[in-house]
Amino acid sequence: MSKILVIAEHLGGKLNSSTARAVSAAIAVKGEAIDVLVLADSADAIAAEAAKIDGVSRVLTVARAENAHPLAAVLAPQIAKAAAGYSHVFVPSTTFGKDVAPRVAALLGVAQVSDVMSVEAAHTFKRPIYAGNAIITVEADATHTVVATIRSASWPAATTGVNSAPVEALTVDAALPTHTRFVELKQGSSDRPDLQSASKVVSGGRGVGSKENFDIIFKFADKIGAGVGASRAAVDAGYVPSDLQVGQTGKIIAPELYMAIGISGAIQHLTGIKDAGTIVAINKDGEAPIFEVADFGLVGDLFKIIPELEAALN
Amino acid sequence: MKILVGYKRVVDYNVRIQVKPDGSGVVTDGVKLSANPFDDIALEEALRLREKGVAEEVIVVGIGPADLTAHLRNGLAMGANRAIHVVTGDAVQPLTAARVFLKLIEKEQPGLVILGKQAIDDDANQTGQMLAALWDRPQATFASKVEIADGKATVTREVDAGLEVIEAELPAVITTDLRLNEPRFIKLPDIMKAKSKPIDTIELGSLGVEANDQLKTTHYAAPAKRSKGVMVKDAAELVAALRQKGLL
Repeated sequence: MSKILVIAEHLGGKLNSSTARAVSAAIAVKGEAIDVLVLADSADAIAAEAAKIDGVSRVLTVARAENAHPLAAVLAPQIAKAAAGYSHVFVPSTTFGKDVAPRVAALLGVAQVSDVMSVEAAHTFKRPIYAGNAIITVEADATHTVVATIRSASWPAATTGVNSAPVEALTVDAALPTHTRFVELKQGSSDRPDLQSASKVVSGGRGVGSKENFDIIFKFADKIGAGVGASRAAVDAGYVPSDLQVGQTGKIIAPELYMAIGISGAIQHLTGIKDAGTIVAINKDGEAPIFEVADFGLVGDLFKIIPELEAALN
Repeated sequence: MKILVGYKRVVDYNVRIQVKPDGSGVVTDGVKLSANPFDDIALEEALRLREKGVAEEVIVVGIGPADLTAHLRNGLAMGANRAIHVVTGDAVQPLTAARVFLKLIEKEQPGLVILGKQAIDDDANQTGQMLAALWDRPQATFASKVEIADGKATVTREVDAGLEVIEAELPAVITTDLRLNEPRFIKLPDIMKAKSKPIDTIELGSLGVEANDQLKTTHYAAPAKRSKGVMVKDAAELVAALRQKGLL
């Protein structure tokens, strides 16, 4: 029977929702146990959050000063040791997981399945290639540990509430390197919902026209309590920083509501939003490809339409 | 210092990928092949480091069939000093590619290895991290800025939460993100010059690398399509429609 180890992603003492999504994928394996591993400098609060996720059997913590920041070179040897006895190691397919998981796989001498979209059987998975333009079914060797990253946009977060899994401190005997050091994290400080996990996202594109004009997007997003994203064109034009980019080379997201404003809908952008619940497109060009995938389309000048939307909401 | 650069050939990013009707693969016959865009960025960064005097030699590495030579010549025309062609008729998975690179590292002793963060065909995003693990050296993935000084690399990384800065002692592995640089265009005189640059050819089998391709791809399918929805006439109708779905 399968035993799955899910690696928790966290920042600033809070569990990232990508962890509960990875637990959903672990549940789909239908194994006998799902343990969540929390590597942190101070793990208690994060572990308490993880213990509430339904389906989790145990939460294991490794609290060490070296784990204060998510450095792959430091975390991977600990995860590889902790993986002993597990058939699967699942890590969210975020920049955190993409960084650390292959390092774990190589230490274990096993292949990695990247961006798991569905679990067909304990060792059979579906994943996208060619920027989502083809979906492949892959079979992993059942005699080896499966290391996989879980594509967050394909999985709902596992529910929380009724579960209260036991939390156990784990001691892992792994030599940790000092050749890699964290310097700083520059975060766009914001009270807005995080783009990756927001249930509503409003994105602006080149049609917004300038950095100053982008305020209209931020203001509207705040009005409806949405996260803010942008197309690659808007990022390349310098309207907003790159961490807001949605698409193949940016963030792949699956909010319940996605509003694309002044975005034409290049393939690379559509790749990032195709799992969204409802897509709304507002663009002055009625022929824009974004309308081909939009559930609701509205042709017109965004600078006229957004104030009208705000008025209609009041 | 030597810099080793991974230089993979992939289906050009402008090609519309078609899945074969029998699900056995994607159509690659007759489609345009190009350097993986992230590898062009890796090569550009290596060339800039050489131009700054940080490195003396830039070596491009390709793993693939005999006709990969023309692709490697492009890397030489862009400015690499020489190329290594690891010859194999089989597609290699990331762990095998990492093991090949490790063998080349043992021979070449580079101070830096720069790879693309992912290849745009299999989108695996694994080889650099796996190589760093096997080599037991630092990794700085998704780099958008690289500074080399005092035996270490200070690398700005594009992470979900923003920009992370880390320090990595050399030798190290760096993988490139889109915004690290804009690769230069190849000029005609450089293509002529590249013809006389050396390409070492090594059979994959002679490296003593265990091909360990544990993943079997059993089926290819086209992605599910979203269907076109409805056009609304104005803002009020849009708000009403979204309210009805409970989204606002």
